[in-house]
Amino acid sequence: MESKLARGIITAYLVLFLVYLFMPLVIMVTAAFNDSRFPTVMPWKAWTLRWFDDLWADDRMWGGVLNSVLVGIAVVVIVVPIGALSGLLLDSLRGRVRSFLYALMVAPLLVPGVIIGISTLIFWNQLGVPSGLHLSTIGQCSFITSYVMLMVLARLQRLDKSLEEAALDLGASHAQALRLIVLPYLRPSLMTAAVLAFFQSFENFNTTLFTRGSANTVTIFIASRIRTGVTPEVNALGLVLIGITIVAAVVYSLRRRSDAPA
Amino acid sequence: MADCEYGQDRHCHMKDVLSRYGTTLTGAMVLATFVWLVGMVILPYLVMVNYSFRPNLLPADIGTDKDHYTLDNYATLFRNEIHFIVFLRTMWGSALATFLCLCVSYPVAYYLAKMATPARTATLLLLLVIPFWINEILRTYSWFIILAYNGPLNGVLRLLGIIASPIRWLSGSNGVIMGMVYAYIVFMVFPIYNAIETLDRNQIEAARDLGAPLWRIHWRVVIPHAKPGIAVGCITVFTAAAGSYIVPAILGAPGTRWFTEIIYQWFFEGQNWPQGSAYAFLLLFLCIVFVMAMMRLFKVGLADIAR
Repeated sequence: MESKLARGIITAYLVLFLVYLFMPLVIMVTAAFNDSRFPTVMPWKAWTLRWFDDLWADDRMWGGVLNSVLVGIAVVVIVVPIGALSGLLLDSLRGRVRSFLYALMVAPLLVPGVIIGISTLIFWNQLGVPSGLHLSTIGQCSFITSYVMLMVLARLQRLDKSLEEAALDLGASHAQALRLIVLPYLRPSLMTAAVLAFFQSFENFNTTLFTRGSANTVTIFIASRIRTGVTPEVNALGLVLIGITIVAAVVYSLRRRSDAPA
Repeated sequence: MADCEYGQDRHCHMKDVLSRYGTTLTGAMVLATFVWLVGMVILPYLVMVNYSFRPNLLPADIGTDKDHYTLDNYATLFRNEIHFIVFLRTMWGSALATFLCLCVSYPVAYYLAKMATPARTATLLLLLVIPFWINEILRTYSWFIILAYNGPLNGVLRLLGIIASPIRWLSGSNGVIMGMVYAYIVFMVFPIYNAIETLDRNQIEAARDLGAPLWRIHWRVVIPHAKPGIAVGCITVFTAAAGSYIVPAILGAPGTRWFTEIIYQWFFEGQNWPQGSAYAFLLLFLCIVFVMAMMRLFKVGLADIAR
């Protein structure tokens, strides 16, 4: 019953919105192929792949990638077990204790990343630990654990508790019930949580900025290149990262759709 | 187990957990939660706040008469006019970016939730997820290219004859606000979409059949239902904007800094960590006030926010 005009307007609006969303990314990616010292598309000089060669030969970039990957792996290793255990704990609690713990567990998601970085930096410095990527790892864990916990909790709420009770009644130990029933059930969530945690860590800038010491990560590398001597090499890196992100986002969304309850 | 459902008694709940997981596992669960919440969240914040009330001392002066609690670090914000203006700008700019995101996102969210066919909604959601995942720095950087003085936006406008000479887009806070709206808009679309999606279409039909004009259907039916989503979107965008370092660093003009940049300066250029901590706490306080105000205004709880 909506009028044709209203429908036309909103469709046009949506198209504009999508253009707004993707045009900047397309421009940025295209500029990676322009043979111009300043990254742009408007005076188009010539097609070139030299920025990719430069990127490939850039040792600082590779150092950043290595660091980001290492921090990402460390974060996943810490965050998945802690998130899973605290999710299990929260799932068994009721009442005021549960609400209180829940609030504490999601609070880090509402805190700006710079403040997480600062508090981590000061806390560990007081204990005599200097800044560096180990502090970036801890700082990132403090809020990425919240995501893992929420994903675990969401899946646990759909777990048929009688399965566990039956296992315990039939003589399984608590460890067996966890290993044979709860963990297999949680597996898909834990896998997606691990991927998400890695990405969150890899993308992190704010928390890393304050805790890194003098170490370099991919995001720090990009930011410092943009501020001091930007060349289309940054765009080439952008293209690679966006490519990886699109693949990951599509796989993640399709997977999530397929393991959502019917 | 049944009487535990009603109980508020802590021991009863612990017993519940114990009977479900046994001593060892329960111990591991409590320990992991403790390490996370106390070691990574509560203690670091407490230490930071404590630090913010301390004077910035040379190592030799620690433990002497000069080593006492003080409000000086907080007073600095009100004594230093430039910093105070930056604080206000951060507050106002974040609020403006939040409001713009809300205005632009609402029609998109409504279309996705109630007007598009399910297949089209699925495709569009998948499309929207992509910028959501792409690094904030790269999204900001793309506007750095577009808005450059000799960049494509000025180029196209000149080609079309709309402007005679290029416009300096990256002056004042313009670039920062534009960049923030772009960087955080997806944080607004998804929660509002999720909220509107649960609205029964019959309510909209009924309002329409009773002759309500379009704006009134939205004002009286859709928006009230979308409140939790709007609150979540606003909270996410505001805290992201107020706490953003990279958007102002890339798109800000030299004279218009953001509060996070001042904090960074205290830490790494001024080497005055207590002062930086005080400013960090003020920023956190600003965000907390905003979150509380939104939760009050839209009557939502923490459980609605973290989804």
